[in-house]
Amino acid sequence: MKLRLPVISMAVAILSGLALLYLAFFPSSANAHLRALLLGWAASLGGIALFIGILNLLIVHVDKLSEGGRGAANSGVLVAAAMLTFILALAFGPNFEYGTGEAYQIQPTNWLFRYIQFPIETSLMAVLAVSLIYAAARLLRRRPNAFSIIFLATVLFILLGNSLVGSGEFGVISTGVTSLRDWITQVPAAAGARGLLIGVALGTIATGLRILMGTDRPYGG
Amino acid sequence: MNFDASQLGAAVVIIFLLLIIGFAFYERARGGGRNLRDIPAFSRLIRAIGLAVEDGTRLHISLGRGELHTSRSAASFAGLSILERVARTASISDYPPVVTSGDGALSILARDTLSGAYREMEADEQFDPTQARLSGVTPFSYAAGAIPIIEDEKVSASILAGHYGPEIALITEASDRTGGFTLAGTDHIPAQAILFAAAEEPLIGEELYAGGAYLRAGFVHIASLRAQDVFRWLIILAILGGGILNFIEAWLQ
Repeated sequence: MKLRLPVISMAVAILSGLALLYLAFFPSSANAHLRALLLGWAASLGGIALFIGILNLLIVHVDKLSEGGRGAANSGVLVAAAMLTFILALAFGPNFEYGTGEAYQIQPTNWLFRYIQFPIETSLMAVLAVSLIYAAARLLRRRPNAFSIIFLATVLFILLGNSLVGSGEFGVISTGVTSLRDWITQVPAAAGARGLLIGVALGTIATGLRILMGTDRPYGG
Repeated sequence: MNFDASQLGAAVVIIFLLLIIGFAFYERARGGGRNLRDIPAFSRLIRAIGLAVEDGTRLHISLGRGELHTSRSAASFAGLSILERVARTASISDYPPVVTSGDGALSILARDTLSGAYREMEADEQFDPTQARLSGVTPFSYAAGAIPIIEDEKVSASILAGHYGPEIALITEASDRTGGFTLAGTDHIPAQAILFAAAEEPLIGEELYAGGAYLRAGFVHIASLRAQDVFRWLIILAILGGGILNFIEAWLQ
């Protein structure tokens, strides 16, 4: 009988899952070594998958670049930046040092991350702050109900508690605001978050078990 | 008899598994899917998928950046279940769905899931491997990579299901700007608070993991929802019981 690829994929996935589950529930020094080995394999495979993903990303953007039209310039920048980073990393490696002292600052790939990627991501974080203010303002128009009002009132109160008012500059008012802020974060907010976490944990167990049972098979087509 | 944490964990998993199997047989026998709590987000999603197919617009499914060898992968697998159902329905569309993810292995699984769904629907010729893309490997580069897809590729609905941090607000904002429908769920609690304000249809708590059951992915999905409900009630009873016992103990002293 000829085994089909999806059957083999399913067998490998289920056996690996069961093995890791066993190693997690019955820990011993011998098991810990085996568990580290399996997780090491998973990390290596993850690295290869990342490389394939980046190749796929490059193919998409080279296609966009050749088609022209809207966004082609952005695709060009992405392809050029990816090639530059790849060549620099290949040429100098991750541990290249030139001279002494300020070696970190002139290490080419670190330089790219420190002076290009990091500032860009920081500016996106600033955009995120504006987006969140806009989303909060729009919430009442989108879902005008009691929960939205409670949500916004709580957000504003916690922000107030973390501002100058909560820092003790305003005497009795500051004391009242900080006490109420602490009570909100430690009692109702913590209780709600625990409820959500329990739901997430149960969902995680159920999803994992469906994979182990082979009813969810996002591998092998 | 004393149990340590790992033995208790093993017991929970075994009981959960037995409950799922039991409920799966029960649901199969009675036709399945009745008496599920109404989650309006999924009803609107089903309508949005139908509209996208009719209008000739595209669906964008974003799977987040949960690495598969961590506990965050469960949210990614829940997203893959939703992707599989959406891809089946949208396989007849002229504009096939586009999938973004922030992890290499997840993008390969997304491609496999799409390929499998198209094969099941006998629409292999519609499958294009570039439909599943790795849009970035850091939180903000992932969001920055997903935004142009929403804005430039005729996307009418975005489904965000997986592990995200606060950067999810940038993606929902882009979807809102284009007037598209947005359904979003994550396993990250602070990001769920952000979604409550930023997403048109947020999935809160365990609702993300219910996607398969509501999109009719099979009896086992419904059975796992029932098993979760049983465990939730057991946990509630344990918490209340513990509280009452503590109170009685303090009162007696």
